[in-house]
Amino acid sequence: MLFKLSVKNIKKSIKDYAIYFFTLILGVAIFYVFNSIESQTIMLNVSSNTRDIIKLMMSILSGVSVFVSCILGFLIIYASRFLIKRRNKEFGIYLTLGMSKRKISTILFFETLLIGILSLLVGLFLGVFLSQFMSLLVANMFEAKLTEFVFTFSSSALVKTLIYFGIMYLLVMIFNTINVNRYKLIDLLQSHRKNEKIKLKNPIFCTVVFIISVIMLSYAYYLVTSGLENLRFAKDIFKPIILGCISTVLIFWSLSGLIIRIMMYFKKSYYKGLNSFIVRQISSKINTTVISISVICIMLFVTICVFSSALSIKNSMSKNLKTLVPMDLQIIKSANLDESDFSENANYKEEQISYSKKSIKDTLLTLGFNSDKYLKDYYEYGIYATDQVTLKDTLGVKYEFYEDKFSFNNFSASEMIMKLSDYNRLAELFNEEKYTLENDEYIMISDYKDIIDMRNDGLKANTSINIGDSTLFPKYDKCKDGFVIMSSNHSNFGIIVVPDEVLDDNMKSLSLMVSNYDVVSEEEKENIEKIIIEDLEKNELFKATTLNIYTKKKIYDSSIGLGAMATFIGLYLGIIFLISSAAILALKELSESTDNKNRFMMLRRIGVSEKMIKGALFKQIAVFFMAPLLLAIIHSIFGIKFSITILSIFGSNELLPSTFMTAVFLIFIYGGYFFITYHSSKNIIKVKD
Amino acid sequence: MENEKILKVDKIEKYYGNRSSLTKAIDNLSFEVEKGEFVALMGASGSGKTTLLNCISTIDRVTAGHIFVDGDDITKLKGNALNKFRREKLGFIFQDFNLLDTLTAYENIALALSIQNISAQVIEEKIKKVAKDLDITNVLNKYPYNMSGGQKQRVASARAIITDPKLILADEPTGALDSKSSKMLLERFNYLNQEINATILMVTHDAFSASYASRVIFIKDGHIFDELHKGNDSRKEFFDKIIDVVTLLGGDLNDAL
Repeated sequence: MLFKLSVKNIKKSIKDYAIYFFTLILGVAIFYVFNSIESQTIMLNVSSNTRDIIKLMMSILSGVSVFVSCILGFLIIYASRFLIKRRNKEFGIYLTLGMSKRKISTILFFETLLIGILSLLVGLFLGVFLSQFMSLLVANMFEAKLTEFVFTFSSSALVKTLIYFGIMYLLVMIFNTINVNRYKLIDLLQSHRKNEKIKLKNPIFCTVVFIISVIMLSYAYYLVTSGLENLRFAKDIFKPIILGCISTVLIFWSLSGLIIRIMMYFKKSYYKGLNSFIVRQISSKINTTVISISVICIMLFVTICVFSSALSIKNSMSKNLKTLVPMDLQIIKSANLDESDFSENANYKEEQISYSKKSIKDTLLTLGFNSDKYLKDYYEYGIYATDQVTLKDTLGVKYEFYEDKFSFNNFSASEMIMKLSDYNRLAELFNEEKYTLENDEYIMISDYKDIIDMRNDGLKANTSINIGDSTLFPKYDKCKDGFVIMSSNHSNFGIIVVPDEVLDDNMKSLSLMVSNYDVVSEEEKENIEKIIIEDLEKNELFKATTLNIYTKKKIYDSSIGLGAMATFIGLYLGIIFLISSAAILALKELSESTDNKNRFMMLRRIGVSEKMIKGALFKQIAVFFMAPLLLAIIHSIFGIKFSITILSIFGSNELLPSTFMTAVFLIFIYGGYFFITYHSSKNIIKVKD
Repeated sequence: MENEKILKVDKIEKYYGNRSSLTKAIDNLSFEVEKGEFVALMGASGSGKTTLLNCISTIDRVTAGHIFVDGDDITKLKGNALNKFRREKLGFIFQDFNLLDTLTAYENIALALSIQNISAQVIEEKIKKVAKDLDITNVLNKYPYNMSGGQKQRVASARAIITDPKLILADEPTGALDSKSSKMLLERFNYLNQEINATILMVTHDAFSASYASRVIFIKDGHIFDELHKGNDSRKEFFDKIIDVVTLLGGDLNDAL
């Protein structure tokens, strides 16, 4: 009997439940999709390296899933509370008919159960469907070729989804029971009789608050963009964040008071059609929901930034790789180690010191790897360091200025120095520009954006450096672009290129080599890769040799993996944030539908046409959805600028394509919620003929 | 008084339910209202008076028959023509005021005009005048929740008459008011009826309210039971006559008195 009632209730209020149901289905589907990524990578042909990264990614994603399920849990409880509130009168009638609270709880229990099962079924179905598309994205992310379409299904993701959502629904049931037990009959029957007090805020005070919040916001914007150099420590970032949050709340608070004043001032448009009604509706709603609108605005802002940054990391990484990793292999090894470089009880101390005196070629030979046999374009070079040349020394007179500004830099660290002949040979191999030097000249090479400005200042001041007995002056007053160590991103903080004779072999701190594989076919390449990665690194002596091996494939894999990881986590969190904020907005809007129903009924009675009513409803909901989005977009312009600076190490300055992607997601999800909200509201206010 | 017919109800019927259980809410009912008349429709609950008003106001449709307002057959109107008719020819006054709680009194009244695309300046002039007629000038900037019931009903009345409607329909306008406010409102109705020649059709079950009208039509079980003209009677005499008919009508109408 009670079960029947539950089924009937759901059928009856299916329109009210549409948003709730839609949110649950999306939540379940997304949860499944992101937890099933691993199963989609199984048939991809990727290296063991990538496999490790996928493992790491999956463990991070499952951590994120816990966080996500917390967010979804709160959202579901919020949504179900809203739905119950709408039915207060119905429960009131049950109670007056003598039904016990326990029975009402039972009805709610069945309802939650039914909706839970239904949403899980539909959501999982959708999730499995979407995950087939996801496998295309996964293949693309890991730059693996998807030779044939394989239907994937992850039973572990299925079980996980069932468990997580099962717990969430259980919590909802508990909350509902607690809620029902707190009911008072009088409140239930009269809950719709609530007189809302409408107070116009003092316009002068509103204006003042508005101006103050705009100034605060501008200052926060300034801090994260042009004023970035003032942010020395990680904790400084809280200042613009807190400023931004407070000013967001204040802007919505003051605007809700100001807009109505401004609109009323323009009498002609205010008293035109339903404008006065629409303006009042919007302002009263924003008035009562300032905090939630602000929270939603900030969530949207985070979504937009995370989305576009995550997507752009991947893009720019792939782009960088082509120029930054021009050769197949690079090996780096410490040179000239001595006792002072070790702590007392270090392992392999003796061996490491002895190996550090050898060339890389010889070291490889002792490990049983004949470089002549496998490699071509082999070139070995050194990086030198001396106490005479530190960052402080290269800045010269500018040092004091920068010491203040960038106190996080270690100004007493030795600079990396290179011979001109080595550099030119490398430049030939890397396809970079070659240089010539007089006896008293040096060149600074760097491709790390943030450091270049500082170094340029030092070079402009014609700062001289001393190496041994020689004094050298900068040949150019600017850093030259370039790098000498292959990596996945622009991370050359600065290499000083000097005439060969200035440097002494004792100053050598690193031995490096680059080379290509001497092969013609892909199979041979894979074979060498295997020898280098597996055989060499597993050699017992390897640890003592201090060799660090970077192959093109390794750098590509880890970089691609990192990019993919950032993208997936960004997508996951972004979508969940987007869903949550849109769902809360939609529920807020719908929760007033009963009031609105009466209001629109009155409008109909005085002869307002259906077209005008629909228009008014549309405008009202559109403004409610657009207000937080607009401010979030303005926030994001600066937020994205900030993340470009932070991410400049990845060379990501091209955010346009990822911003476009973000916009597409926003339009689909946010727009979808807007659409459903509009249609549900339209249904609620509709008169039945 | 000229003999122009504003409202002509012609043999209308209204059935509810289906073939197996048919309820006749209105059964072959006809009457006419002339311009400048103040007519009260009286009847007990369930007599069909509210259904009748709903049909005239186009909120509900008749099953058979015709209703003419200002010469047009409104039973044939559809969609936007219906809205236009309501907007331009009718003024409504409801028992529960039906004011928008988010708008001030001024804005509530203005809305009736602004949906007809009348300029803000004209709106202001008209509201000033009607506010004076209904004695609500000092509450124009208040919100409904800050007003008394009587004030709310007078604001609602202002909204109803400001468009110069052919016919004002009032559904139990004094139902939610205390006796003092009721009296004041009804006097205003009289004033509107006599001074600006407004045509009013009021549904009520209260003999006191009905006694302010110039004619009272009694409805029972969906058809006209009796009709009284005030003529040259004083209000008190007319009230006593109404009470007599009500007694004849019997039943639960007495309970309402």
